[in-house]
Amino acid sequence: MSVTPIAVARSIAPRRGVEPVALLALPGTAYLVVAFAVPLALLLVTSLVSDGRLTAAGYARFLADPFSWTVIANTLRIAALTTLVCLLAGYPAAFALARAPGALQAVLLAALILPLSVGVVVKAFAWTILLRSDGVVNRLLLAIGVVDTPVRLLFTEVGLVLGAVNIFLPFMVLPIFAVVKLIEPRLLDAAATLGASPLHRFVRVTLPLTMPGVIAGVAFVFSMSVSMYVIPTLLMGDRFKTLSILVARSFLFMRDRSLGSTVSVVLLVIAVAVVVASALLARRWQPGR
Amino acid sequence: MGLERAAIVVMWTVTALVALTLLAPLVVTLAVSVSASSVFNLPPPALSLRWYERMLRLRQLWPAVRLSVAIALISTAVSLVLGTLCAIALIRATFPGKTTLVTFMVSPLMMPGLVVGVALLQTLRELGLRDAYASLLVGHVVITLPYVTRTVLASLSLFDFTLIEAARTLGYSPPRALLNIMVPVLAPAFLTSGLFAFLASMDNYPISIFLVDARNKTLPILMLQYLEENPDPTIAAISSGLILLTIVVLLIADRLVGLRRLADF
Repeated sequence: MSVTPIAVARSIAPRRGVEPVALLALPGTAYLVVAFAVPLALLLVTSLVSDGRLTAAGYARFLADPFSWTVIANTLRIAALTTLVCLLAGYPAAFALARAPGALQAVLLAALILPLSVGVVVKAFAWTILLRSDGVVNRLLLAIGVVDTPVRLLFTEVGLVLGAVNIFLPFMVLPIFAVVKLIEPRLLDAAATLGASPLHRFVRVTLPLTMPGVIAGVAFVFSMSVSMYVIPTLLMGDRFKTLSILVARSFLFMRDRSLGSTVSVVLLVIAVAVVVASALLARRWQPGR
Repeated sequence: MGLERAAIVVMWTVTALVALTLLAPLVVTLAVSVSASSVFNLPPPALSLRWYERMLRLRQLWPAVRLSVAIALISTAVSLVLGTLCAIALIRATFPGKTTLVTFMVSPLMMPGLVVGVALLQTLRELGLRDAYASLLVGHVVITLPYVTRTVLASLSLFDFTLIEAARTLGYSPPRALLNIMVPVLAPAFLTSGLFAFLASMDNYPISIFLVDARNKTLPILMLQYLEENPDPTIAAISSGLILLTIVVLLIADRLVGLRRLADF
């Protein structure tokens, strides 16, 4: 995650002509076209065909229903909140990780990589225990006096965001860490020598240099939380509807292919928008420009 | 100076909280798994291994473990080959649209898994492929391939290709030059990306849920289904097994390539 692929591809100096080495990309590319791009395109077609005719009726019906907008709002709100909290907690943590001395850095890295490597089902299940009214989180809140009586966290949006933030945090910290560790400390010393205040140094020097990491982290966390399924299923239950839960329900339980493919495409459009936006932003903030 | 000191205090407080909350779910899972109680109360009223016994008696568990491991191993191996070839082409060749191709190759990581799964199901059925095992393999290569392409690409961007030309001048055949010079340099990238590809496959729920059938269930599917049917600490025992296994694998990986390299997955 340290190097944005786009940055890599662009950093290579142009060579002469089209080389046979380009053919090496063929098997992998062909595979993803057949097993990834074509199926998604066919799903798009399915969402636009009804009774053998091309029609946008599925979308018109979906978008005319106020319930759909509640679902879209739920999905985007939870994803935005999760991403924001991840960024607020992950940004300082990435700096601490980069500045920590050897042994402490190893401990912190282990605390990031081990949870990252454990499956989502395991972690989401653990959060159902942590968030119970007699669970660890509540007992902690009671002990430090934030609340007087246990608060309901499981099956609430607060609990969902808490769990999701925790599960996605490494995907925010590691890309930012990857750029922070490359920052030349002398740059900040130079800015200080030239009379820049700490705040000014942060806004004009540090923040721009860490933008590629921030963009990568935000794009990762947002796209994962906008489409998460296991976490809300366990932490919120069936009543709460997000686009992912609606996709799963319409295909697996309701057997409504038309609704399912319409909702799928809506979710896909959001995901593609995130990828395109992050690629454009990454190009803008690329070092050396 | 006050502002700077405050920033440092905030930074370390947040970091300590982050580290503790990241480890909390794992600790809680391990604690619940050895509890004699069946209602997840902590700390455990008494210690017991009954949930591990029940786990060992769970008949559907071992076929699910075998299936998940087999699918993860095969799809990781396929991805290592396809992804490395792709990365070499993307580094060495020049062609229009290369930047877009790189974005496309890593994009499955950021697409909603459920949508990819349902799209794949529809296409495979239209092509007449009904076999769950083969369908799972096709789907899991889609999600493991981007890990390899991305990491090997990053590693190759630091590789000096003139070394290979030098080896050839010294009389190495092209395959031998590649094998003796490029493979050792790329070994850490293979290990890191292979590890995370394997874990991503083992953990995948959203794509698999559409491709499994009654007889072929992967481990995450079985676990979530079990959790919905009998919410007892047996699932904590299975989870603890997975956590301990992950710790062992990461310790080995740390010995081989170091934690800092794993952070660049």
